[in-house]
Amino acid sequence: MKIALFIPCFIDAVYPRVGISMVQILEKLGHQVEFAEALTCCGQPPYNSGYWPEARKVARRVVAGLAEAEVVVIGSGSCGAMLKVCYGELFAGEPEEAAARALAAKCYEFSDFLVNRLGVVDVGAAFPHRVTFHDGCHGLREMNGKAPPRELLQQVRGLELVEMGEAETCCGFGGTFATKYPAISTAMGEVKCASAAATGADFMVSNDSSCLMHLQGLLDRQGRPLKTLHLAEILACS
Amino acid sequence: MNPNAAQFQTDAGRLAADLTHRQRIQSAMAKYYAARLPRQALFRDWQEGRQTAAETKWAALQQLDEHLLAFEKNATARGTQVHWTSTSEQARQVIVDIIQRHRAQRIVKSKVMTSEEIHLNQLLESLGFEVVESDLGEYIQQLKGEPPYHFVFPCMHLSREEISDLFENHLGTAQTHDPEALTMIARRVLRQKYLAADVGITGANFIVAETGMVSITENEGNARLTAALPRVMITLVGIEKILPRLSDLALFLPMLATAGTGQPLTCYNTMYGGPRQSGEADGPEEWHVVLLDNNRTALLADPEQRDALHCIRCGACLNVCPIFKNVGGFSYGTTYQGPIGAVITPHLRGLQDWKHLSAASSLCGACTETCPVKIDLHHHLLQNRRNAVQQGGGGWEGLLWRAFAFVMNRPRLYRLAVRLGRWAQPLQGLVQGEAFDPLQAWTKTRDLPDLAPQSFRAFWAQRVSAPAPEERRPT
Repeated sequence: MKIALFIPCFIDAVYPRVGISMVQILEKLGHQVEFAEALTCCGQPPYNSGYWPEARKVARRVVAGLAEAEVVVIGSGSCGAMLKVCYGELFAGEPEEAAARALAAKCYEFSDFLVNRLGVVDVGAAFPHRVTFHDGCHGLREMNGKAPPRELLQQVRGLELVEMGEAETCCGFGGTFATKYPAISTAMGEVKCASAAATGADFMVSNDSSCLMHLQGLLDRQGRPLKTLHLAEILACS
Repeated sequence: MNPNAAQFQTDAGRLAADLTHRQRIQSAMAKYYAARLPRQALFRDWQEGRQTAAETKWAALQQLDEHLLAFEKNATARGTQVHWTSTSEQARQVIVDIIQRHRAQRIVKSKVMTSEEIHLNQLLESLGFEVVESDLGEYIQQLKGEPPYHFVFPCMHLSREEISDLFENHLGTAQTHDPEALTMIARRVLRQKYLAADVGITGANFIVAETGMVSITENEGNARLTAALPRVMITLVGIEKILPRLSDLALFLPMLATAGTGQPLTCYNTMYGGPRQSGEADGPEEWHVVLLDNNRTALLADPEQRDALHCIRCGACLNVCPIFKNVGGFSYGTTYQGPIGAVITPHLRGLQDWKHLSAASSLCGACTETCPVKIDLHHHLLQNRRNAVQQGGGGWEGLLWRAFAFVMNRPRLYRLAVRLGRWAQPLQGLVQGEAFDPLQAWTKTRDLPDLAPQSFRAFWAQRVSAPAPEERRPT
């Protein structure tokens, strides 16, 4: 299958290994991966801040740039939800509405794509560590639910998956919310880090690097040994 | 920044860092959840129940005018007097007129959130009336001189020790930390208040068009005493509480109890059908139902957010909200706290004054997921943000997003920006977290990740120009 990767800006600039891991996994499964270099951002930051015309300016390029793609795979539940769920509302009544809805229908979050579209749960990965999984809210509630990332992790050799308390509670990142209300965002992150640390896990894993950027920042500042990793980085380990 | 927004930033910031408060609210809400989940499982199909409830409320709102007229007709037929009020001023005036006409002095109230909304207690007290809240949590808050902390659990932020101190100071009772003993203290005081009161004021959980009845849900029996003992009963209710049929309660009563408190049903559910009828031994001589609009019809006129009028005030969205659990109820400065408060307060009291509550959300969607009547809460927060900007409330932020869109739509400019960022990062690192760090909003409490030496698109460009059989693997 020809798979178009949509690489969100923070994965491109800060966490390129997440994108590289996705390429490796998908090619190992025998698929052809394409990357639309002209696309930089899904438009979620202005959209969430209430600046919809500015968001549309950015999103319009994404809708056009991915129009020919067979399927689109996104390594972030949050940006994925932007394409899959929010574009419909963003472009309601606009000329691009039909194209935006057509794009939504072929978008997948990475773990959802592997499990529910390709029917793959074992990608031959090995990662001999204790791991807890943080559900990114948009991946969980707008995209694919709890099951796909866990089904993938359970097949990883040597990996021990331990559930934290309230795994489904938001970590407090929330995009621009993290800088508009840093005190609330930090408190929410501290609750999340404490419940992850209580599992005794070595790694907190998620399918959303944006949550992990916030959580790793807190963990480092507080000197906690827990490390964060994107699901794709684990699935690329052998 | 408007004063409400500044107040919210200050109060929320202080409470978010208060570990005692955090622990108390988190553990209270964990107990709520532990109680709720098994109750919810008793429904044959909770999700189907939510769908039915949402459709019932939606249909009721489509014909709100007809249902309210039917309610009035059916209630009036049994001697109830129905009053229509558009604003909080009108509602206050109607209530004061009734009280003054009866030359009443003493007023007892059961839980009425709409009276908080129209600031009724302050008015009645300023006019010299004695007003006593009879719901235990509300009574405690009244003694404390504070509004309800949570519209279902008014004093959930207090410990038994604090309540004991409060009773000692106000009532002169001995210290006890036994919940039952504390309840008995309040009960002894309140029993005398019911007997002495001239007027009882209640709220309503549902009003039934078909029968002209009012349904009140409670756990303490205080609403029954408030309704039954005084000569005059006044019920203040928002017009969105309408249900078309009595049989709708078969779903809504257990649903409210389950979502609200994790009970299969609350201890008392009473349907009031009118004042004392001839030949009946008890009940009020007069019953007035005051229907309150107070900008609810403006919300009804908003096709995107009309479903916010489905709300049955169960409080579930507060209980699951990670923002509420960290900032507490008072920070909001509103009658209705949490996600539902953030959605409807801009409609009830002005978008520009209350838009900050819609911004203070990570949009996690836990509220929407839990809402028993399927209000699309977190998407409404987004719409409020958009509407606030559209009204011209954006300020300097608009420039930032226009610049953002300009850069993101020019991949070469974007690549340049990333390179500049890589170059500037060591400089920012020198002042990380300090007052003059431009990224202080992030770095005061969090480390900033380093920009990668090679971006994904640089990796891709290299690979396209010189495909290698084996790329660098993550280590």
